[in-house]
Order: sequence, then C-alpha cells, then structure tokens
Amino acid sequence: MDTQALVGELTAAFPGARPRPSRDMAGVDVPAADLAALVRRLRDAHGFDLLADLTGVDAGPGASPRFSVVLHLLGSAHHAYLRVAAACPDDAAPAVPTVSSVHPGADWHEREAFDLLGIRFDGHPDLRRILMWDGYPHHPLRKEFPLAGVPVELPAADVAAVTGRRVEAAPMMGGPFVSPGGTMAKAEPVARDESWSEDNPSR
Amino acid sequence: MGNSEYAYNSKVEGEVIVTRADAVVNWVRRHSVWPMPMGLACCAIELMAAGGSRFDIARFGMEVMRFSPRQADCMIVAGTVTYKMAEVVRRIYDQMAEPKWVVAMGACASSGGMYRSYATLQGVDNIVPVDIYISGCPPRPEALLDGMMLLQEKIRTEGGSLRRTFRGRTVETKVVG
Repeated sequence: MDTQALVGELTAAFPGARPRPSRDMAGVDVPAADLAALVRRLRDAHGFDLLADLTGVDAGPGASPRFSVVLHLLGSAHHAYLRVAAACPDDAAPAVPTVSSVHPGADWHEREAFDLLGIRFDGHPDLRRILMWDGYPHHPLRKEFPLAGVPVELPAADVAAVTGRRVEAAPMMGGPFVSPGGTMAKAEPVARDESWSEDNPSR
Repeated sequence: MGNSEYAYNSKVEGEVIVTRADAVVNWVRRHSVWPMPMGLACCAIELMAAGGSRFDIARFGMEVMRFSPRQADCMIVAGTVTYKMAEVVRRIYDQMAEPKWVVAMGACASSGGMYRSYATLQGVDNIVPVDIYISGCPPRPEALLDGMMLLQEKIRTEGGSLRRTFRGRTVETKVVG
C-alpha cells in the first residue's frame, strides 16, 4: 500500500490536514475537529482497522501548540502503518474529540493520556484517571512536573490520619539516573552526583 | 530463667512439662505462621517459588498462605507499593487479627527500591510497622526463608506475648493456676 499517496488523498479531502514529516512511516497532521472523521474514513475506506497506539505529546511550557495527540494505525490486511497527529487548539485546557467511538480500544489509551498529560477527550464515555488515584491534583508527565513528584495528601484520608503520612517527593540520591553510554557493560545507569548520602546531605 | 526456655526430661519430670506460658505460646505461634501473600510485583514470583516443592516453606510451618487477611497473621509485602495501592495494603493489615507481623520483601517494599518517582511509596514502613526487611531485587527464595527464620526468632523472644492489642486497647490475658 502506498501510504504517501494516501496522505496526499487525505490532505485533499480534509482542508487543514498536512503531511507530517517523519522518518519511519507516513504521517498526517490533522485539525483536532477532523480527527475522528479522518480515523473513521481510514478504518472504513482504507483498511486501517487496528489502532496500534494512542498517546499524547507535551512540547513543553511556552510551546504552541503545546499538546498533541498521536495515533498509530495499522491495516491488518495490507500491513501498512500510518501516523495521525492532532494538535490541541487550546494550550491551557487541551482537548480533542475522542476516537473511542471509532476504535473502542482507544478508551483506556485516552484515559491514560488524560491522566498523565491532562488532555481531555470530548465525547469519551468514561473519562476518569486510570493510573493515578481520582483525587490526584496534577498530571505527572507534563514537562513542568518534577521527576521526584510533589507533596500531596494520601488518597485515603483515614489511612493518612492513622499513619500521619503524606505523598512526599522521592529522594533522588543525586539522580536522575542516566546511562553514560558506551558498551552494555559500561552503560548501567548511574547518578550524576554520587557524593550524596544519608549522613552527608550536601544537596 | 528466660521466658523462651522450655524443656522436657521424662526421667526427671515424668509426664509433666514445666515451662512458662510465654514460651509455650511463642513456640506455637512461630511454628504456625500463616502468611498473607501481598504480592505486588516480581518479588511475588520468588514468594511463589518459596512455596513450591524445591524450596518448600512448609518446612517452617508457613505453607498455609491465606488470601483472606482475617485468617492470616504475617503479611509478606512482596513488591512495589504504589501510593494508590498503599491504601489497600493498610486496610488489609488492619483486617488481620492480632498478633500480626509484617515482612518487607525486597528493595521496593523496604525503601521504594529503584522507583524514585511520584507514584511509589518509599518503603511500606511508611504505612505499616515492619518486623523484617529482606534485601534483594528480587530476593531469592533462600533469602525469604532466612528472613522468615529471623521472624521466627523474633517471635520466640517476644515477651508478654499474652498481651494483645484489641481496638486500640491493650488487653492482658490472665493465666491462673
């Protein structure tokens, strides 16, 4: 299947859709409003019947568009992959229409993108957090969220009352742990600053 | 005489054993630990191996794994405790009958292990009192058995073992006669 020709066909059919530069497979950028219609057309008319992946991308604070949603579609008959990306129009309250009405398997993928990046999927049947607990006040995979986490209350108030504990920022021990590269024997991740210890909390 | 000493010499004592109540109770308890397998990650695989025939935790009287906390007295926390799961771990601990013990199996349960992140509780001792910590990632079954033998030793030397905590109150069982 000639997916590059298909991209040309899609950009002609959907005003605002653009070919997406990528190194591995053909891709198309589509306006958020057209996402579900384009995915439905790919499923019904072009044989892309398997949603291999749906995820979100955060370009970082200050970038615009900051959040986008990326889908990887596979045709089980012709074995071709296609990447579809939609940028969220609003950087402060990112939202795109759901594709779970086209591919039911998108349900939990969209919940994960909502949980970790805060992208809302309009029309999703059950948009709840899937990994963090319901009352968690942050979206941990956003770029401004620190790796160690931020202190918040425990999910259960009674457990917090009995134990007197909160969610604390995890000690990084001079981390984050990064691989120095090279051969596999030398590439084991190490902390940049290994001088840290319990007795010598210099940092 | 320590409360852990007990002896039986039929030539001297006939059919009578002289000991202390604490020693008898501790002896019974430590050879009949009923673990609650709190398997949360890969450590649970090693816990299962310890229960199999090759390592055979039954040699120590601990083979009766109970998935109901009301029938267990030793929670083996085997794996990574996330903050979301911490609530469940604490509730199951609260449902276990006294006396009860907790074993933190492996690096994650002991300290959070390699998971220095927003999602992971940095050691299960933040929410439940831990008796034994076992190092390893994951520990081999032998390490778990060593830790459980340490727990047996701890139970053996416990004093005042007739003292129970019941709904926050300490209750003494009176031994008469």
